[in-house]
Amino acid sequence: MKLSQLNPGERGTIVAFTDLEMSVKLMEMGCLPGETVEVERLAPLGDPIAIRVAGYQLCLRKSEASIIIIQ
Amino acid sequence: MFAQKRSIYYYNSVIGLAKDIKIALVGNPNTGKSTLFNLLTGLNQKIGNFPGITVDKKVGYTRLPDGREAEIIDLPGTYSLYPKSKDEGIVFQVLADPANPSYPDMIVLVADATNLRRNLLLYTQVADLGLPVVLALNMTDMAKKEGIAVDIDKLSAKLGIQIVAISARNNSGLDQLKEAIKNTTSFATQTAGADLHMLAPAAIDEIKDYLKIKNDYLALQFLHQHEHLATFKAADHERIEQIERDHDFHSSKLQAAETVARYRYLSTVLTGVIEDTGAEKKFAFSDKLDSILTHRFWGLFIFIGILFFIFNAIFTWSSYPMELIEYTFVWLTNYGHEHLPGGLLTDLFLDGILAGLGGIVIFIPQIAILFALISILEDTGYMARVTFMMDRIMRKFGLSGKSVVPMIGSIACAVPSIMSARNIESWKDRIITIMVAPLVSCSARLPVYTLLISLVVPEDTIWGFVSLQGLTLMGMYLISIVAALLVAFVMKFIIKAKEKSYFIMELPVYRMPRWANVIYTMYEKSKTFVIEAGKVIIAISIVLWVLATYGPSERFEAIEAKYAAIEAQKDSVQIATLERDKSAEKLENSYAGILGHMIEPAIRPLGFDWKIGIALITSFAAREAFVGTMATIYSVEGGDEEVGTIRSKMLAAKNAEGLPVFTFATAFSLMLFYAFAMQCMSTVAIVYRETKSWKWPVIQLVYMTAMAYIASLIAYQLLK
Repeated sequence: MKLSQLNPGERGTIVAFTDLEMSVKLMEMGCLPGETVEVERLAPLGDPIAIRVAGYQLCLRKSEASIIIIQ
Repeated sequence: MFAQKRSIYYYNSVIGLAKDIKIALVGNPNTGKSTLFNLLTGLNQKIGNFPGITVDKKVGYTRLPDGREAEIIDLPGTYSLYPKSKDEGIVFQVLADPANPSYPDMIVLVADATNLRRNLLLYTQVADLGLPVVLALNMTDMAKKEGIAVDIDKLSAKLGIQIVAISARNNSGLDQLKEAIKNTTSFATQTAGADLHMLAPAAIDEIKDYLKIKNDYLALQFLHQHEHLATFKAADHERIEQIERDHDFHSSKLQAAETVARYRYLSTVLTGVIEDTGAEKKFAFSDKLDSILTHRFWGLFIFIGILFFIFNAIFTWSSYPMELIEYTFVWLTNYGHEHLPGGLLTDLFLDGILAGLGGIVIFIPQIAILFALISILEDTGYMARVTFMMDRIMRKFGLSGKSVVPMIGSIACAVPSIMSARNIESWKDRIITIMVAPLVSCSARLPVYTLLISLVVPEDTIWGFVSLQGLTLMGMYLISIVAALLVAFVMKFIIKAKEKSYFIMELPVYRMPRWANVIYTMYEKSKTFVIEAGKVIIAISIVLWVLATYGPSERFEAIEAKYAAIEAQKDSVQIATLERDKSAEKLENSYAGILGHMIEPAIRPLGFDWKIGIALITSFAAREAFVGTMATIYSVEGGDEEVGTIRSKMLAAKNAEGLPVFTFATAFSLMLFYAFAMQCMSTVAIVYRETKSWKWPVIQLVYMTAMAYIASLIAYQLLK
């Protein structure tokens, strides 16, 4: 399942990434495999999304969230 | 192993340096790094440029307990040494290149204690470069409140460096930090972190051999980003790239592997160091605020309300200081004319240089207010939410959520706004933002709008309270924003992206603004503006003064003769207006006047005559020159402060057929021209500086002028 498919309030554990370049940036920001992520809210127009990961809030576009595979 | 890390590059600390010790401040964004910088240096700081690149370099000075003077460089905030934006690239360029003039003797790494693991990722990278490091653990008080306990002694022992708990917000721990800096040895003491040699052993060894360095991580970094370092010659780049090919060096894959290895190392380091007990209490306040401020409906509503407030504040709060500045300059000019020996040099100084200077200084209040408000929005964390909310809309127009800040800033002035576009990671998003930002109506257009609106729009109100003139003014701003979005939309299809655009951004928790930071920002931005724009405006005002003062000598001699004759007649009616009429006639025959007549055929279809033509030429340097030029042309003494008199003169102005010059159609056509045309040398200069090529400023100049011409043409032909 992709992170972009979660609704606000739902959570999952990162297992893999489907885009190498983007994964570097995401991992530097603390989105590591094994981390729990929770979708906190959507922007007023439904995109980007704000997630809680590694103890802080991160926002990213849905297209970017779709490269994060979660469980 | 870590003894090796004292690389041979270290000679830099020994050879002659201006200051006793150079310190680089490094850290993630939102860690309070700049607050710490301000605290350490006070107003004893200056903004310079990193050589060859346009990113501002913030340097300040502080005295250490042992009397040594330390030079502190505030490097841009970054999450990693692998840069994602122009700003972030500086960090590596400074820290990895001993030939760089900013190369430090030691590093103070500022880390946010509330999110230590992510902050320490950068620490491990920086530590591996082999420079001495002190860790400043900021927001320890905040972490304590959130139930996070950090065992500093244990962490210090594990990392092998000095760690100081500070609270930049409460100004605590500063003395201890200075003490730690004082006690820092000239060689690096940090324990070796994750083993990175294993990532690309053969390639790393070859680089070390080739460059005669001992540091594994530097070698690895050179493989990744040698192309960004000025110190390497073409042959070096070729050799390094050859090594990359030979060993099948895959940059992204290795960066990913490095990040994973570092986090694994940090997990072992942080076990037993961090204790987190109060997970539930955290962020409750921030979340509550977010649910209102980024609410589906209210979120955008509140944002528009805040924009309106900023917009209003820029104009209302600045009116008194602006008047004061205006009167001061008028007084100075008059005083100068009275007390300085008459002559061309005095005229040049007073009417050229001083007038030009006044044209810049007058905008300081607006710029200071705008930046104070923007820095409050940034400091509280609200600006991050704005970019979050606006990203979807802005993306439709080829921009990014991060373009919102420069676009709002352009309401005051495009120059600092274009500079602030640097933190947009994607090259394409950034270029489009830079290209359209000058379309947003800036404060320099304001005097033009207000003068013209007062000429043709009646002072009526609708429903008793909405002023028609105010509504027109707001309409001009709306038109400019719509135009900027439309142009961005077109450019989205024309400009090719160099890399994928992305929007991965931290949403910091809401905090009270730090007022000292707000004041520093105000001071610093105003200063940058005055210096950057000032250089250009003064130069241009001198040129314009010359063009408007001199003309072909035979014409000028004829004018002198004519007025000498009138004076001889002693006709009291004519004498009263003699000086003004003479200077107006001189202007018409000056080089500027001749230029105005020359371009008249081209601007006639827009409803402009040669006098407006002169104003168009003079305001090529800066739009605000319009009112001043009009004042001179209609031979009103004094200048801007007598808008009323210029108004009546302009209202009375008749063309050859005896019809008024400033009709509704002409005034609107003129306003549209000023709305769209790129009449700002400072913007041209800053776009050149920011894009490092003439291509973009030239494209911008051409498209904006074309747009202005077409819009004015259509407006005039429809309305006349």
